[in-house]
Amino acid sequence: MSMIIRVKQKQIAQLMSKGKRLDGRELKEHREIKVEMGVIEKAEGSARVFLGKTEVLVGVKIEVGEPFPDTPNEGVLTVNVELVPLASPTFEPGPPDENAIELARVVDRGIRESKAIDLEKLCLEPGKKVLVVFIDVYVLNHDGNLIDASAIAALAALLNTKMFKYEVEQGEVKVKPGYTPLPMQNYPIAMTFAKINDKLIVDPWLEEEQVMDARLTITIDKDEKICAIQKGGTGYFTKEQILEIANIAKEKAPEIRKLVVKD
Amino acid sequence: MPKKEERMIDKDGVRIDGRKFDELRPIKIEIGVLSNADGSAYIEQGKNKILAAVYGPHEVHPKHLALPDRSLLRCRYHMAPFSVDERKSPAPSRREVELSKVIREALEPSIFLEYYPRTSIDLFIEVLQAHGGTRCAGITVASLALADAGIPMRDLTVACAAGKVEGQLVLDLTDEEDKKGEADVPLAYMPNLGAITLFQMDGQLTLEEFEKVISLSLDGSKQLYQLQKESLKAKYVAVKEDVEE
Repeated sequence: MSMIIRVKQKQIAQLMSKGKRLDGRELKEHREIKVEMGVIEKAEGSARVFLGKTEVLVGVKIEVGEPFPDTPNEGVLTVNVELVPLASPTFEPGPPDENAIELARVVDRGIRESKAIDLEKLCLEPGKKVLVVFIDVYVLNHDGNLIDASAIAALAALLNTKMFKYEVEQGEVKVKPGYTPLPMQNYPIAMTFAKINDKLIVDPWLEEEQVMDARLTITIDKDEKICAIQKGGTGYFTKEQILEIANIAKEKAPEIRKLVVKD
Repeated sequence: MPKKEERMIDKDGVRIDGRKFDELRPIKIEIGVLSNADGSAYIEQGKNKILAAVYGPHEVHPKHLALPDRSLLRCRYHMAPFSVDERKSPAPSRREVELSKVIREALEPSIFLEYYPRTSIDLFIEVLQAHGGTRCAGITVASLALADAGIPMRDLTVACAAGKVEGQLVLDLTDEEDKKGEADVPLAYMPNLGAITLFQMDGQLTLEEFEKVISLSLDGSKQLYQLQKESLKAKYVAVKEDVEE
Protein backbone atom coordinates (compact mmCIF):
# COMPACT_ATOMS: atom_id res chain seq x y z
CA MET A 1 0.00 0.00 0.00
CA SER A 2 1.49 3.32 -1.03
CA MET A 3 1.94 6.20 1.41
CA ILE A 4 -0.81 8.24 -0.24
CA ILE A 5 -3.28 5.36 0.03
CA ARG A 6 -2.37 4.90 3.68
CA VAL A 7 -3.04 8.56 4.45
CA LYS A 8 -6.29 8.35 2.54
CA GLN A 9 -7.32 5.22 4.41
CA LYS A 10 -6.79 6.96 7.72
CA GLN A 11 -8.89 9.93 6.61
CA ILE A 12 -11.71 7.74 5.29
CA ALA A 13 -11.66 5.51 8.38
CA GLN A 14 -11.81 8.55 10.69
CA LEU A 15 -14.80 9.94 8.81
CA MET A 16 -16.51 6.53 8.88
CA SER A 17 -16.13 6.26 12.64
CA LYS A 18 -18.31 9.40 12.77
CA GLY A 19 -20.76 7.79 10.36
CA LYS A 20 -19.66 9.99 7.45
CA ARG A 21 -18.09 9.54 4.05
CA LEU A 22 -15.84 11.63 1.81
CA ASP A 23 -18.65 12.35 -0.64
CA GLY A 24 -21.15 13.21 2.07
CA ARG A 25 -23.14 9.98 1.92
CA GLU A 26 -24.43 7.90 4.82
CA LEU A 27 -22.62 4.58 5.39
CA LYS A 28 -25.48 2.53 3.93
CA GLU A 29 -26.47 4.95 1.17
CA HIS A 30 -26.02 4.41 -2.58
CA ARG A 31 -24.92 7.07 -5.00
CA GLU A 32 -27.59 8.34 -7.35
CA ILE A 33 -28.57 5.67 -9.87
CA LYS A 34 -29.78 6.61 -13.34
CA VAL A 35 -30.97 4.04 -15.85
CA GLU A 36 -31.45 4.75 -19.57
CA MET A 37 -32.83 2.00 -21.75
CA GLY A 38 -32.61 1.42 -25.49
CA VAL A 39 -29.61 3.63 -26.15
CA ILE A 40 -28.13 1.50 -28.96
CA GLU A 41 -30.58 0.81 -31.77
CA LYS A 42 -28.49 -1.89 -33.43
CA ALA A 43 -28.47 -4.02 -30.30
CA GLU A 44 -31.51 -6.18 -29.48
CA GLY A 45 -31.41 -4.67 -26.01
CA SER A 46 -29.30 -2.02 -24.33
CA ALA A 47 -29.03 0.13 -21.25
CA ARG A 48 -26.74 2.77 -19.84
CA VAL A 49 -26.43 3.03 -16.09
CA PHE A 50 -24.88 5.80 -14.04
CA LEU A 51 -23.93 5.01 -10.47
CA GLY A 52 -22.66 8.38 -9.37
CA LYS A 53 -19.85 9.01 -11.85
CA THR A 54 -19.46 5.34 -12.70
CA GLU A 55 -20.91 4.72 -16.14
CA VAL A 56 -21.62 1.36 -17.74
CA LEU A 57 -23.18 0.52 -21.10
CA VAL A 58 -24.58 -2.94 -21.78
CA GLY A 59 -25.63 -4.30 -25.15
CA VAL A 60 -27.55 -7.54 -25.68
CA LYS A 61 -27.20 -9.42 -28.95
CA ILE A 62 -29.14 -12.56 -29.83
CA GLU A 63 -27.94 -15.19 -32.28
CA VAL A 64 -28.91 -18.70 -33.28
CA GLY A 65 -26.37 -21.23 -32.08
CA GLU A 66 -25.86 -24.66 -30.57
CA PRO A 67 -26.71 -25.65 -27.00
CA PHE A 68 -24.17 -27.06 -24.56
CA PRO A 69 -24.23 -30.88 -24.61
CA ASP A 70 -25.27 -31.08 -20.92
CA THR A 71 -28.23 -28.71 -21.40
CA PRO A 72 -29.66 -29.61 -24.84
CA ASN A 73 -33.04 -27.98 -24.09
CA GLU A 74 -31.75 -24.61 -22.97
CA GLY A 75 -30.60 -21.44 -24.64
CA VAL A 76 -27.11 -20.19 -23.94
CA LEU A 77 -26.20 -17.18 -21.81
CA THR A 78 -22.79 -15.54 -22.02
CA VAL A 79 -21.54 -12.46 -20.24
CA ASN A 80 -18.41 -10.63 -21.31
CA VAL A 81 -16.89 -7.51 -19.78
CA GLU A 82 -14.64 -5.03 -21.51
CA LEU A 83 -12.75 -2.65 -19.24
CA VAL A 84 -12.33 -0.14 -22.04
CA PRO A 85 -9.10 1.92 -21.75
CA LEU A 86 -11.01 5.20 -22.06
CA ALA A 87 -12.76 4.45 -18.77
CA SER A 88 -9.81 4.74 -16.41
CA PRO A 89 -6.08 5.51 -16.41
CA THR A 90 -5.58 2.05 -14.87
CA PHE A 91 -7.23 0.12 -17.73
CA GLU A 92 -5.02 -1.17 -20.52
CA PRO A 93 -5.93 -2.53 -23.94
CA GLY A 94 -5.74 -6.27 -24.41
CA PRO A 95 -7.66 -9.44 -23.60
CA PRO A 96 -9.79 -9.39 -20.41
CA ASP A 97 -7.64 -9.55 -17.26
CA GLU A 98 -8.63 -11.27 -14.02
CA ASN A 99 -10.64 -8.24 -12.88
CA ALA A 100 -12.71 -8.18 -16.06
CA ILE A 101 -13.21 -11.95 -15.92
CA GLU A 102 -14.27 -11.85 -12.27
CA LEU A 103 -16.70 -8.99 -12.94
CA ALA A 104 -18.23 -10.87 -15.89
CA ARG A 105 -18.58 -14.06 -13.88
CA VAL A 106 -20.24 -12.29 -10.94
CA VAL A 107 -22.78 -10.60 -13.25
CA ASP A 108 -23.31 -13.94 -15.02
CA ARG A 109 -23.82 -15.79 -11.72
CA GLY A 110 -26.56 -13.39 -10.59
CA ILE A 111 -28.52 -13.73 -13.83
CA ARG A 112 -27.96 -17.47 -14.18
CA GLU A 113 -28.59 -18.59 -10.61
CA SER A 114 -31.72 -16.47 -10.18
CA LYS A 115 -32.97 -17.99 -13.47
CA ALA A 116 -33.69 -14.45 -14.63
CA ILE A 117 -34.13 -15.66 -18.20
CA ASP A 118 -36.25 -18.75 -18.82
CA LEU A 119 -33.56 -20.42 -20.93
CA GLU A 120 -35.80 -23.37 -21.83
CA LYS A 121 -37.98 -21.01 -23.84
CA LEU A 122 -34.92 -20.15 -25.96
CA CYS A 123 -34.66 -23.70 -27.30
CA LEU A 124 -35.58 -23.94 -30.97
CA GLU A 125 -34.68 -27.56 -31.70
CA PRO A 126 -33.50 -29.67 -28.72
CA GLY A 127 -29.81 -30.56 -28.92
CA LYS A 128 -29.37 -28.70 -32.20
CA LYS A 129 -30.51 -25.11 -32.30
CA VAL A 130 -31.04 -22.62 -29.51
CA LEU A 131 -30.85 -18.89 -29.06
CA VAL A 132 -27.63 -17.51 -27.63
CA VAL A 133 -27.89 -14.38 -25.49
CA PHE A 134 -24.71 -12.30 -25.51
CA ILE A 135 -24.49 -9.73 -22.74
CA ASP A 136 -21.59 -7.40 -23.39
CA VAL A 137 -20.72 -5.04 -20.58
CA TYR A 138 -18.82 -1.94 -21.64
CA VAL A 139 -17.39 0.08 -18.77
CA LEU A 140 -17.21 3.73 -19.90
CA ASN A 141 -16.15 5.48 -16.71
CA HIS A 142 -14.71 3.80 -13.64
CA ASP A 143 -15.50 5.55 -10.38
CA GLY A 144 -15.90 2.44 -8.25
CA ASN A 145 -18.38 -0.41 -7.73
CA LEU A 146 -18.41 -1.69 -11.29
CA ILE A 147 -20.16 -4.88 -10.15
CA ASP A 148 -23.41 -3.22 -9.07
CA ALA A 149 -23.47 -0.84 -12.03
CA SER A 150 -22.84 -3.70 -14.48
CA ALA A 151 -25.44 -5.97 -12.89
CA ILE A 152 -28.11 -3.26 -12.97
CA ALA A 153 -27.24 -2.36 -16.56
CA ALA A 154 -27.30 -6.01 -17.64
CA LEU A 155 -30.74 -6.56 -16.10
CA ALA A 156 -32.05 -3.34 -17.66
CA ALA A 157 -30.70 -4.30 -21.07
CA LEU A 158 -32.30 -7.76 -20.84
CA LEU A 159 -35.65 -6.20 -19.92
CA ASN A 160 -35.26 -3.83 -22.84
CA THR A 161 -34.51 -6.61 -25.34
CA LYS A 162 -36.71 -7.02 -28.40
CA MET A 163 -35.71 -9.91 -30.60
CA PHE A 164 -36.97 -11.50 -33.79
CA LYS A 165 -39.48 -14.31 -33.58
CA TYR A 166 -37.72 -17.51 -34.56
CA GLU A 167 -39.34 -20.78 -35.57
CA VAL A 168 -38.02 -24.07 -36.86
CA GLU A 169 -39.64 -25.47 -39.99
CA GLN A 170 -38.29 -28.75 -41.37
CA GLY A 171 -35.00 -28.35 -39.59
CA GLU A 172 -34.45 -24.79 -40.74
CA VAL A 173 -34.63 -21.69 -38.60
CA LYS A 174 -37.09 -19.16 -40.01
CA VAL A 175 -37.50 -15.57 -38.89
CA LYS A 176 -41.15 -14.57 -38.48
CA PRO A 177 -42.41 -11.01 -38.73
CA GLY A 178 -42.59 -8.97 -35.55
CA TYR A 179 -40.61 -8.81 -32.33
CA THR A 180 -40.83 -10.52 -28.98
CA PRO A 181 -39.28 -9.73 -25.57
CA LEU A 182 -36.97 -12.13 -23.75
CA PRO A 183 -38.75 -14.60 -21.44
CA MET A 184 -37.76 -12.88 -18.18
CA GLN A 185 -38.91 -14.43 -14.91
CA ASN A 186 -36.65 -13.00 -12.20
CA TYR A 187 -34.93 -9.71 -11.41
CA PRO A 188 -31.66 -10.13 -9.50
CA ILE A 189 -30.07 -7.10 -7.85
CA ALA A 190 -26.39 -7.16 -6.87
CA MET A 191 -25.29 -5.11 -3.89
CA THR A 192 -21.66 -4.57 -2.98
CA PHE A 193 -20.35 -3.73 0.48
CA ALA A 194 -16.83 -2.66 1.39
CA LYS A 195 -15.10 -3.20 4.69
CA ILE A 196 -12.75 -0.46 5.86
CA ASN A 197 -11.25 -0.68 9.34
CA ASP A 198 -13.88 -3.22 10.40
CA LYS A 199 -16.78 -0.98 9.37
CA LEU A 200 -19.16 -1.67 6.50
CA ILE A 201 -20.31 0.69 3.75
CA VAL A 202 -22.53 0.12 0.78
CA ASP A 203 -21.66 1.05 -2.84
CA PRO A 204 -17.98 2.02 -2.42
CA TRP A 205 -16.74 4.61 -4.89
CA LEU A 206 -13.22 4.64 -6.29
CA GLU A 207 -11.46 6.37 -3.37
CA GLU A 208 -13.08 3.91 -0.96
CA GLU A 209 -12.31 0.90 -3.16
CA GLN A 210 -8.65 1.87 -3.21
CA VAL A 211 -8.41 1.70 0.57
CA MET A 212 -10.90 -1.08 1.39
CA ASP A 213 -9.80 -4.27 3.11
CA ALA A 214 -12.36 -6.44 1.37
CA ARG A 215 -15.64 -6.34 -0.47
CA LEU A 216 -18.66 -8.61 -0.51
CA THR A 217 -21.30 -8.69 -3.23
CA ILE A 218 -24.67 -10.27 -2.52
CA THR A 219 -27.26 -10.77 -5.24
CA ILE A 220 -30.89 -10.87 -4.12
CA ASP A 221 -33.70 -12.12 -6.35
CA LYS A 222 -37.31 -10.96 -6.48
CA ASP A 223 -38.38 -13.50 -3.83
CA GLU A 224 -35.77 -12.15 -1.39
CA LYS A 225 -33.61 -15.23 -1.86
CA ILE A 226 -29.85 -14.93 -2.02
CA CYS A 227 -28.72 -16.24 -5.39
CA ALA A 228 -25.05 -15.25 -5.76
CA ILE A 229 -22.20 -14.05 -3.58
CA GLN A 230 -18.64 -13.02 -4.23
CA LYS A 231 -16.04 -11.90 -1.75
CA GLY A 232 -13.10 -9.94 -3.09
CA GLY A 233 -10.02 -8.20 -1.80
CA THR A 234 -7.33 -9.33 0.57
CA GLY A 235 -9.14 -8.76 3.85
CA TYR A 236 -11.72 -10.93 5.58
CA PHE A 237 -15.26 -10.91 6.98
CA THR A 238 -16.65 -12.48 10.11
CA LYS A 239 -19.81 -14.56 10.07
CA GLU A 240 -21.68 -11.77 11.88
CA GLN A 241 -20.60 -9.21 9.27
CA ILE A 242 -21.75 -11.49 6.44
CA LEU A 243 -25.17 -11.93 8.05
CA GLU A 244 -25.47 -8.18 8.63
CA ILE A 245 -24.67 -7.57 4.97
CA ALA A 246 -27.22 -10.17 3.84
CA ASN A 247 -29.94 -8.50 5.91
CA ILE A 248 -29.18 -4.99 4.64
CA ALA A 249 -29.03 -6.25 1.04
CA LYS A 250 -32.39 -7.97 1.42
CA GLU A 251 -33.90 -4.78 2.77
CA LYS A 252 -32.44 -2.43 0.16
CA ALA A 253 -32.70 -4.55 -3.00
CA PRO A 254 -36.37 -3.65 -3.77
CA GLU A 255 -35.50 0.10 -3.88
CA ILE A 256 -32.97 -0.49 -6.63
CA ARG A 257 -35.13 -3.03 -8.44
CA LYS A 258 -37.84 -0.37 -8.77
CA LEU A 259 -35.46 1.76 -10.87
CA VAL A 260 -35.09 -1.00 -13.46
CA VAL A 261 -38.28 -3.04 -13.35
CA LYS A 262 -41.32 -0.94 -14.15
CA ASP A 263 -44.45 -2.97 -13.43
CA MET B 1 -43.15 -42.88 -18.90
CA PRO B 2 -40.47 -40.49 -17.65
CA LYS B 3 -37.34 -42.14 -16.33
CA LYS B 4 -37.19 -42.17 -12.56
CA GLU B 5 -34.60 -39.65 -11.40
CA GLU B 6 -31.86 -41.03 -9.20
CA ARG B 7 -32.13 -39.51 -5.73
CA MET B 8 -29.05 -37.87 -4.21
CA ILE B 9 -30.28 -38.38 -0.63
CA ASP B 10 -32.39 -41.40 0.45
CA LYS B 11 -35.32 -41.29 2.84
CA ASP B 12 -33.07 -41.93 5.86
CA GLY B 13 -30.99 -38.86 5.00
CA VAL B 14 -28.06 -40.91 3.70
CA ARG B 15 -26.25 -39.36 0.74
CA ILE B 16 -25.36 -41.18 -2.44
CA ASP B 17 -21.82 -41.91 -1.24
CA GLY B 18 -23.07 -43.10 2.16
CA ARG B 19 -22.32 -39.92 4.12
CA LYS B 20 -24.49 -38.12 6.65
CA PHE B 21 -25.48 -34.51 5.95
CA ASP B 22 -22.67 -33.06 8.09
CA GLU B 23 -19.92 -35.50 7.19
CA LEU B 24 -16.76 -34.70 5.26
CA ARG B 25 -15.43 -36.98 2.55
CA PRO B 26 -12.48 -39.24 3.55
CA ILE B 27 -9.33 -37.14 3.62
CA LYS B 28 -5.68 -38.01 3.15
CA ILE B 29 -3.00 -35.36 3.46
CA GLU B 30 0.76 -35.55 2.85
CA ILE B 31 3.27 -32.77 3.46
CA GLY B 32 6.53 -32.20 1.59
CA VAL B 33 5.89 -34.38 -1.43
CA LEU B 34 7.97 -32.50 -4.02
CA SER B 35 11.72 -32.09 -3.58
CA ASN B 36 12.23 -29.06 -5.85
CA ALA B 37 9.60 -26.84 -4.25
CA ASP B 38 10.30 -24.82 -1.10
CA GLY B 39 7.09 -26.22 0.28
CA SER B 40 4.54 -28.71 -1.00
CA ALA B 41 1.53 -30.75 0.02
CA TYR B 42 -0.93 -33.23 -1.43
CA ILE B 43 -4.54 -33.84 -0.54
CA GLU B 44 -7.11 -36.43 -1.41
CA GLN B 45 -10.63 -35.45 -0.44
CA GLY B 46 -12.97 -38.12 -1.74
CA LYS B 47 -12.00 -38.48 -5.39
CA ASN B 48 -10.30 -35.06 -5.49
CA LYS B 49 -6.53 -35.34 -5.87
CA ILE B 50 -4.69 -32.04 -5.62
CA LEU B 51 -1.03 -31.02 -5.41
CA ALA B 52 0.19 -27.66 -4.19
CA ALA B 53 3.71 -26.25 -4.35
CA VAL B 54 5.25 -23.02 -3.09
CA TYR B 55 8.35 -21.35 -4.49
CA GLY B 56 9.74 -18.43 -2.55
CA PRO B 57 10.03 -15.92 -1.10
CA HIS B 58 12.43 -15.30 -3.98
CA GLU B 59 13.38 -12.62 -6.48
CA VAL B 60 10.49 -11.28 -8.54
CA HIS B 61 10.39 -11.85 -12.29
CA PRO B 62 9.64 -9.53 -14.03
CA LYS B 63 11.30 -7.10 -11.61
CA HIS B 64 8.89 -4.21 -12.12
CA LEU B 65 6.16 -6.17 -10.33
CA ALA B 66 8.10 -6.09 -7.05
CA LEU B 67 6.38 -4.29 -4.18
CA PRO B 68 8.41 -1.96 -1.95
CA ASP B 69 6.69 -2.88 1.32
CA ARG B 70 5.76 -6.56 1.03
CA SER B 71 6.07 -9.77 -0.88
CA LEU B 72 4.03 -10.31 -4.03
CA LEU B 73 1.80 -13.38 -3.71
CA ARG B 74 1.01 -15.04 -7.00
CA CYS B 75 -1.29 -17.97 -7.39
CA ARG B 76 -2.15 -20.32 -10.20
CA TYR B 77 -5.04 -22.75 -9.87
CA HIS B 78 -4.93 -25.16 -12.76
CA MET B 79 -6.73 -28.35 -13.72
CA ALA B 80 -4.99 -31.16 -15.52
CA PRO B 81 -6.57 -32.05 -18.90
CA PHE B 82 -7.30 -35.56 -17.61
CA SER B 83 -8.80 -34.42 -14.29
CA VAL B 84 -12.40 -34.40 -15.52
CA ASP B 85 -14.67 -36.64 -17.64
CA GLU B 86 -14.29 -34.65 -20.86
CA ARG B 87 -10.73 -33.57 -21.56
CA LYS B 88 -10.16 -30.02 -20.40
CA SER B 89 -8.02 -27.81 -22.57
CA PRO B 90 -4.79 -27.07 -20.69
CA ALA B 91 -5.10 -23.35 -21.49
CA PRO B 92 -6.44 -21.44 -18.47
CA SER B 93 -10.22 -21.10 -18.63
CA ARG B 94 -12.14 -18.08 -17.35
CA ARG B 95 -13.15 -20.17 -14.34
CA GLU B 96 -9.51 -20.93 -13.54
CA VAL B 97 -8.55 -17.26 -13.86
CA GLU B 98 -11.30 -16.29 -11.41
CA LEU B 99 -10.44 -19.10 -8.99
CA SER B 100 -6.73 -18.20 -9.07
CA LYS B 101 -7.74 -14.69 -8.01
CA VAL B 102 -10.13 -15.66 -5.21
CA ILE B 103 -7.75 -18.32 -3.87
CA ARG B 104 -4.93 -15.76 -3.76
CA GLU B 105 -7.22 -13.37 -1.90
CA ALA B 106 -8.24 -16.18 0.46
CA LEU B 107 -4.64 -16.95 1.44
CA GLU B 108 -3.18 -13.45 1.40
CA PRO B 109 -4.66 -12.36 4.78
CA SER B 110 -2.95 -15.32 6.49
CA ILE B 111 0.61 -14.55 5.38
CA PHE B 112 2.99 -12.00 6.90
CA LEU B 113 3.85 -10.68 3.44
CA GLU B 114 5.40 -7.54 4.96
CA TYR B 115 8.32 -9.67 6.23
CA TYR B 116 9.64 -10.12 2.70
CA PRO B 117 9.53 -6.84 0.74
CA ARG B 118 10.61 -6.89 -2.93
CA THR B 119 10.18 -10.66 -3.23
CA SER B 120 7.51 -12.94 -4.60
CA ILE B 121 5.87 -16.06 -3.26
CA ASP B 122 4.59 -18.23 -6.08
CA LEU B 123 1.92 -20.74 -5.33
CA PHE B 124 0.86 -23.46 -7.75
CA ILE B 125 -2.21 -25.61 -7.31
CA GLU B 126 -2.59 -28.49 -9.73
CA VAL B 127 -5.86 -30.39 -9.70
CA LEU B 128 -4.94 -33.90 -10.85
CA GLN B 129 -8.45 -35.25 -10.40
CA ALA B 130 -11.55 -33.17 -9.77
CA HIS B 131 -14.75 -34.29 -8.11
CA GLY B 132 -16.37 -31.17 -6.67
CA GLY B 133 -15.00 -28.73 -4.15
CA THR B 134 -11.55 -28.37 -5.71
CA ARG B 135 -11.20 -24.66 -4.91
CA CYS B 136 -11.72 -25.45 -1.23
CA ALA B 137 -9.47 -28.49 -1.14
CA GLY B 138 -6.96 -26.43 -3.13
CA ILE B 139 -6.90 -23.75 -0.44
CA THR B 140 -6.62 -26.31 2.38
CA VAL B 141 -3.64 -27.96 0.71
CA ALA B 142 -2.04 -24.70 -0.43
CA SER B 143 -2.01 -23.36 3.13
CA LEU B 144 -0.14 -26.51 4.18
CA ALA B 145 2.36 -26.04 1.35
CA LEU B 146 2.96 -22.47 2.59
CA ALA B 147 3.52 -23.82 6.12
CA ASP B 148 5.86 -26.46 4.74
CA ALA B 149 7.85 -23.70 3.02
CA GLY B 150 8.34 -22.13 6.44
CA ILE B 151 6.47 -18.96 5.56
CA PRO B 152 5.23 -17.19 8.70
CA MET B 153 1.46 -17.11 8.91
CA ARG B 154 -1.22 -15.76 11.25
CA ASP B 155 -3.10 -19.05 11.02
CA LEU B 156 -3.62 -21.95 8.67
CA THR B 157 -6.38 -21.31 6.15
CA VAL B 158 -8.88 -24.07 5.68
CA ALA B 159 -11.74 -24.21 3.20
CA CYS B 160 -14.91 -26.20 2.90
CA ALA B 161 -18.18 -25.89 1.03
CA ALA B 162 -21.71 -26.51 2.19
CA GLY B 163 -24.89 -26.26 0.21
CA LYS B 164 -28.40 -27.44 -0.42
CA VAL B 165 -29.25 -30.68 -2.19
CA GLU B 166 -32.83 -31.92 -2.65
CA GLY B 167 -34.03 -29.50 0.01
CA GLN B 168 -31.48 -30.57 2.61
CA LEU B 169 -28.45 -28.63 3.79
CA VAL B 170 -25.30 -30.71 3.39
CA LEU B 171 -21.55 -30.38 3.96
CA ASP B 172 -18.73 -30.89 1.44
CA LEU B 173 -20.61 -31.38 -1.84
CA THR B 174 -19.39 -33.78 -4.50
CA ASP B 175 -19.51 -32.87 -8.17
CA GLU B 176 -22.90 -34.58 -8.66
CA GLU B 177 -24.37 -32.94 -5.59
CA ASP B 178 -23.14 -29.54 -6.76
CA LYS B 179 -24.57 -30.00 -10.27
CA LYS B 180 -27.96 -31.36 -9.19
CA GLY B 181 -28.19 -29.36 -5.98
CA GLU B 182 -29.90 -26.06 -5.36
CA ALA B 183 -27.00 -24.10 -3.87
CA ASP B 184 -23.27 -24.26 -3.18
CA VAL B 185 -21.41 -22.02 -0.73
CA PRO B 186 -17.61 -22.41 -0.71
CA LEU B 187 -15.90 -20.70 2.19
CA ALA B 188 -12.31 -20.30 3.45
CA TYR B 189 -11.63 -19.67 7.09
CA MET B 190 -8.86 -18.92 9.58
CA PRO B 191 -10.30 -20.64 12.69
CA ASN B 192 -8.14 -18.89 15.30
CA LEU B 193 -9.10 -15.46 13.99
CA GLY B 194 -12.71 -16.18 13.06
CA ALA B 195 -11.91 -14.67 9.67
CA ILE B 196 -13.72 -15.72 6.51
CA THR B 197 -11.35 -15.03 3.62
CA LEU B 198 -13.11 -16.66 0.69
CA PHE B 199 -16.84 -16.55 0.34
CA GLN B 200 -18.87 -17.31 -2.74
CA MET B 201 -22.27 -18.68 -3.49
CA ASP B 202 -24.37 -19.80 -6.37
CA GLY B 203 -27.87 -21.20 -6.27
CA GLN B 204 -30.83 -20.05 -4.26
CA LEU B 205 -31.13 -19.88 -0.48
CA THR B 206 -33.39 -18.06 1.93
CA LEU B 207 -31.73 -16.01 4.66
CA GLU B 208 -32.43 -18.70 7.28
CA GLU B 209 -30.94 -21.44 5.10
CA PHE B 210 -28.01 -19.17 4.34
CA GLU B 211 -27.19 -18.74 8.02
CA LYS B 212 -27.36 -22.49 8.64
CA VAL B 213 -25.18 -23.24 5.61
CA ILE B 214 -22.46 -20.91 6.94
CA SER B 215 -22.52 -22.64 10.33
CA LEU B 216 -22.35 -26.04 8.65
CA SER B 217 -19.31 -25.16 6.57
CA LEU B 218 -17.58 -23.48 9.52
CA ASP B 219 -18.04 -26.71 11.52
CA GLY B 220 -16.64 -28.69 8.60
CA SER B 221 -13.72 -26.29 8.38
CA LYS B 222 -12.89 -26.82 12.04
CA GLN B 223 -12.75 -30.58 11.50
CA LEU B 224 -10.46 -30.09 8.52
CA TYR B 225 -8.28 -27.75 10.56
CA GLN B 226 -7.52 -30.57 13.01
CA LEU B 227 -6.52 -32.82 10.11
CA GLN B 228 -4.29 -30.05 8.74
CA LYS B 229 -2.47 -29.65 12.05
CA GLU B 230 -2.10 -33.41 12.54
CA SER B 231 -0.58 -33.82 9.10
CA LEU B 232 1.96 -31.05 9.73
CA LYS B 233 2.88 -32.55 13.09
CA ALA B 234 3.23 -36.00 11.55
CA LYS B 235 5.83 -34.73 9.10
CA TYR B 236 7.82 -32.67 11.57
CA VAL B 237 7.81 -35.33 14.27
CA ALA B 238 9.30 -37.66 11.68
CA VAL B 239 11.91 -35.03 10.74
CA LYS B 240 12.81 -34.49 14.39
CA GLU B 241 13.27 -38.22 14.97
CA ASP B 242 15.48 -38.38 11.87
CA VAL B 243 17.68 -35.60 13.16
CA GLU B 244 17.99 -37.04 16.63
CA GLU B 245 19.08 -40.47 15.41
